[in-house]
Amino acid sequence: MLRIKSDQKQRVTLTVNDKTVSGFAQPRLLLTDFLRHELGLYGTHVGCEHGVCGACTIIIDDVATRSCLRYAVQCDGMKLRTVEGLEDVDGTLNALQKAFNENGALQCGFCTAGILMSATKFLQENPKPNRDEVRDMLSGHICRCTGYEQIVRAILQASGQ
Amino acid sequence: MKPVAFEYCRPDTVDEAMELLAEFGGDANVISGGLSLGAMLNMRLVRPTALIDINRLHELADIKIDDATAMTGALVRQAAALKLPGVMSGVPLLAKVLPWVGHYQTRSRGTLGGSAAHADPSAEIPLTLVTLGGAVRLRSPGGSRDVPAQDFFHGLLTTDRRADELITDLIWPLRRDKTGYAFEEIAQRHGDFAIVAVAAEATVGNDGNIADLSFGLGGVEDRPLVADTASYIGKPATMATAEEIAATVAEAVDPMVDLQANADYRRQLVRVLGARVVSSAFADATHSREAA
Repeated sequence: MLRIKSDQKQRVTLTVNDKTVSGFAQPRLLLTDFLRHELGLYGTHVGCEHGVCGACTIIIDDVATRSCLRYAVQCDGMKLRTVEGLEDVDGTLNALQKAFNENGALQCGFCTAGILMSATKFLQENPKPNRDEVRDMLSGHICRCTGYEQIVRAILQASGQ
Repeated sequence: MKPVAFEYCRPDTVDEAMELLAEFGGDANVISGGLSLGAMLNMRLVRPTALIDINRLHELADIKIDDATAMTGALVRQAAALKLPGVMSGVPLLAKVLPWVGHYQTRSRGTLGGSAAHADPSAEIPLTLVTLGGAVRLRSPGGSRDVPAQDFFHGLLTTDRRADELITDLIWPLRRDKTGYAFEEIAQRHGDFAIVAVAAEATVGNDGNIADLSFGLGGVEDRPLVADTASYIGKPATMATAEEIAATVAEAVDPMVDLQANADYRRQLVRVLGARVVSSAFADATHSREAA
C-alpha cells in the first residue's frame, strides 16, 4: 500500500511521449499542473478543471481521458501521450495536425490540443468513422470558435475520407 | 479550482482498502474513475482528509455471468462494459443506456460502480439498475451485503453505503423471455446530464397483454425511481396504454426544479418520453416473443 501525507512531496516518474521524466508532486497536484509546471509541457491546456470542456484531454496508458481529473501521484509509472508527441519524426506536423491546419479547424487554439489527442485515439480505434461518429466523439469537447464543422472535416480528411 | 490538501492512499488489496475505510470512515473519499468525484474535489464541494484510490484493485474489474445475473466489479469502466458481448447481450437495457453516459473521453475512465456510488439523480447507470431491479454489493470489515438498487439510492448524492463500506459489484438481472427494453433521455447536449431520462422493461404475454412492467425515471425526483404501474398489468400492450401510463405517472411525480427545467417541463418530458419508451419496450417484447 502506498500512502503519501498531504504535505509530502512524492517523486512521480512517467513516460511522456516515449521519454522517461520525473518530478515532485503533493497528492493534491492535478496531472495537468504537473505536466505544465513541473515538466514544462505547456501544450496541454487547462480549461474548466472539472472535466467538462475537454481542453486537457491526453492519452494515459492508451486511453484518451481528462487530465484535470487525475492527480499526478495516481499516474506514477504510467505512459502518457500529449500534443507535444504528435509531430512526425522529422519534426513536421502529422497528418491529423495538417488536416486541422488545412481545414481551419482551429482559431484561438485553446481547445485544439485536447481535440487532437481525442481524435488521435479515436482514429486508432475507429480508422474510418462516419460523420455522426466523429460528432459524437466531439461532444466531449467545447470549441467556441469554429462551430465544429471544420473540425469534423479535418478528422474525416485525416482518416482518408 | 484546486482540491484541499488530502492524504493519498493507494491500497493493493481490498483488505487494505477495508483497513483504510475503518481508519478514516466518512473523512475519506473513495476514488475510481474520478469523473464525478474529481470535479467535486476540484470545486471543493468535498473536502476529504484522505483519498482512497481503488484503481489498482484489479479484482474489482472482474465480471461474472451466471444463469440469472451479470455481476460487474465496481471498477469496470463504462467503455469496457460496452465492449463486453456477454454483458451487452445479457443486459440489453445497459447496452442501450451506456452510449448516453457522458462522452467518449469520460466513458473511457468512468466506472459503473463510481456512477452508483456518486448517485446523481439524473445519472443513467443508477436508473438502469433500479429499473431492472438490480442490486449493489457492499463490503465492510464485517462482511458483504447486497442492497436492492431501489433501497440503495436515498436521495441527491446520498446512498445506503456506510462510511466503512466499499462498493465491490453491481448485480444486473439478465434479460428475460418475452421481455423488451427501451431508453430515452433529453439533455441540452448529448452526453450532458439528462434533464429527464426514462427506461422501461416490459414483458408481454402471448395474449398481447402486459405481463410485467418496470418504468424507471431519472432526473425527475432526487433519486432514480420506478413508477407504480401495478394497475396496468393485464392491459393491452398498445400505444394507447403506454400513453395512459405515462400521463398518469407524469401527474403523480414531484419533479425537481433547477436552472435547466421547471416542474411542468419535467412532467411533460415524462409524459412524452414515457409514452415513447413504454411503447418501444412493448414492441421490443413482442419482437422478442416472435423471434423465440
